Amino acid sequence: MSKILAFVESRENKIKNSGFETASTALKLANDIGAEAEVLLIGSNLSSAASELGAYGIKKVLLAEDAKLEKYSTTAYSKIVAEMVKQRGADIIILSASAMGKDISPRVSAKLEAGLIADCTEIKADGGNITATRPVYAGKAFIEVKVTSPVKIFTLRPNVFKAVKIDGVTAATEKIDIPLNDTDFAVQVKEVVVSNEKLDVTEADVVVSGGRGLKGPENFFLVEDLAKVLGGAAGASRAIVDAGWRPHSDQVGQTGKTVSPSLYIAVGISGAIQHLAGMSSSKCIVAINKDKDAPIFQIADYGIVADALEIMPALTEEFKKVLSN
Amino acid sequence: MKIAVCVSQVPDTTTKVKIGPDGKTIDPAGVTYIINPYDEFAVEAALQLKEKNNGETVVISVGKASNKEAIKKAYAMGIEKGILVISDAEMDSYTVARNLADVLKEINADIVLFGKQSIDYDDMQVGNLTAEMLGIPSISVVVSLSVEGSKVICEREIEGGKEIVEASLPVAISAQRGLNNPRYPNLKGIMAAKSKPIEERQPTYTDNKTEILGMSLPKSKPKGKIVGTDVSAVPELVKLLREEAKVI
Ligand SMILES: Cc1cc2nc3c(=O)[nH]c(=O)nc-3n(C[C@H](O)[C@H](O)[C@H](O)COP(=O)(O)OP(=O)(O)OC[C@H]3O[C@@H](n4cnc5c(N)ncnc54)[C@H](O)[C@@H]3O)c2cc1C
Ligand SMILES: Cc1cc2nc3c(=O)[nH]c(=O)nc-3n(C[C@H](O)[C@H](O)[C@H](O)COP(=O)(O)OP(=O)(O)OC[C@H]3O[C@@H](n4cnc5c(N)ncnc54)[C@H](O)[C@@H]3O)c2cc1C
Repeated sequence: MSKILAFVESRENKIKNSGFETASTALKLANDIGAEAEVLLIGSNLSSAASELGAYGIKKVLLAEDAKLEKYSTTAYSKIVAEMVKQRGADIIILSASAMGKDISPRVSAKLEAGLIADCTEIKADGGNITATRPVYAGKAFIEVKVTSPVKIFTLRPNVFKAVKIDGVTAATEKIDIPLNDTDFAVQVKEVVVSNEKLDVTEADVVVSGGRGLKGPENFFLVEDLAKVLGGAAGASRAIVDAGWRPHSDQVGQTGKTVSPSLYIAVGISGAIQHLAGMSSSKCIVAINKDKDAPIFQIADYGIVADALEIMPALTEEFKKVLSN
Repeated sequence: MKIAVCVSQVPDTTTKVKIGPDGKTIDPAGVTYIINPYDEFAVEAALQLKEKNNGETVVISVGKASNKEAIKKAYAMGIEKGILVISDAEMDSYTVARNLADVLKEINADIVLFGKQSIDYDDMQVGNLTAEMLGIPSISVVVSLSVEGSKVICEREIEGGKEIVEASLPVAISAQRGLNNPRYPNLKGIMAAKSKPIEERQPTYTDNKTEILGMSLPKSKPKGKIVGTDVSAVPELVKLLREEAKVI
């Protein structure tokens, strides 16, 4: 029988949304193939985080806790994941394709000589056969892939798989002890610098992005104001990142971040192929552009053809009004 | 100091993807291939390290004969030596990494540089895979890099911030945009690169761990709705987003 091990990411003792997505997907796959799913948490002081997983139907949580694991270490975390796979006899490993998941998974792949399918947007089980779909060429195409090695690793694109609550389950926890020495901490995070606690575009359910049509950095607040009212994040086209209006970490596109929020609003963005590559999988796309022939309208669900500087304040006000009712 | 940099060759970002006759890979007809854009940051980082530390540089690529173009681009920028593991075989990330690791074992580089991701298959795997196979530390998505004695200190991008990460040499680094501004090769460099030899080797490993079953294009969307052409369209747009799209 198969056994699934899901590594669920936590930062500062809290499970991230992508972590719940990972747990739910592992559970669903376990049900589909008649397997067991266990969750692994790594860090320190994780008991309250672990208990939250019951609400997602997880019955068993393995806790690797150590003060030294409070900060992320590529080498130590990937060793623990690989060791747990061996100890628990797991043959399917699921992680989020988050910054941490993408950093750990290839090292685990090499340690276990296990094939890895990264950034999956769909996982299907047909009998015992598992196939995954993932975007390639920045979402311009998809491939269906299967792993041919006995142990199989999948990372899940954040915001694509659902975190599903299930009533009446309590998660049992088990502390695990994997001896670690200094060399296991060969790579060590010394400090985490958070950029003004702002929500990352890859994690937001609503992304409002601005482009050169905003005319100048002094108008970018129009994008930020709307993002704030919608509880979302502000993104940018490469043109305005290159112009220095916004940091590269906000860039959406083929050489920036790939996002798939429920709602993506493109403001003064022409919709160059490299920009579309990063956001075309958004569930609903709105474009505001004064040129009716701008390519962005070819993938937008809704559009307004007008001056963004006039539309944006009105749009923010309207959402404020509607959302406060 | 020995510095190695690994580069892939990818379709230009403006490529319109068409599926090839095998149903699994793209149709290469009319596609322009370039060095993977992230690998230019890796090459630039290698050159800056060489200039500072009086090092030796080598570029390695795994793939078809056409990957020589990516190596030549690295030559034109200033890399001294190039190795191509030449093969027409389909190789997944694991296999590419095994071949790179086998070459790198001989080179014993102090720093091995990669791009953050190859913009064809977008796996973000090869850097850390290769590092694990070599048994050395790795830092991915790096936006700043400094070497102090036998230590490296990097900034690595994560969701909503950065991690300051430390490791000791030898180390593998995967470069993110923002690390540096890649230099433009000058004419002399481009001319010299043309005739500079590239060492060719046979693959040492070809046993993939994954198999592509098929490739498909994203579902095309029905044409969207232009809600209006001035401010009066705003309430209607908000209403549609709430009641029709149900995203708010
Ligand atoms: C290798 C490579 C990688 C790239 N990667 C990326 C990437 O990751 N992400 C990315 O975004 N780009 C990327 N690009 C750049 C891309 O090709 C475009 O140049 C860029 O996306 C354009 O940004 P923009 O839409 O803001 O600007 P423009 O293309 O200049 O468009 C501005 C738009 O604003 C509209 N406009 C003007 N005034 C107003 C107004 N008052 N109100 C409303 N609309 C107005 C115009 O009609 C126009 O459509 C890449 C390019 C290359 C070569
Ligand atoms: C079963 C299977 C078959 C495939 N067959 C083919 C095929 O026939 N033709 C094809 O073009 N692709 C094929 N691929 C894709 C191939 O694996 C990738 O082109 C290659 O591995 C690089 O993409 P990546 O996304 O894995 O790299 P990433 O992990 O995203 O790359 C990160 C970094 O690693 C380095 N790197 C990546 N690839 C190489 C390389 N080849 N040489 C040197 N350094 C490198 C670069 O520094 C790069 O920036 C196949 C993939 C699978 C799963």
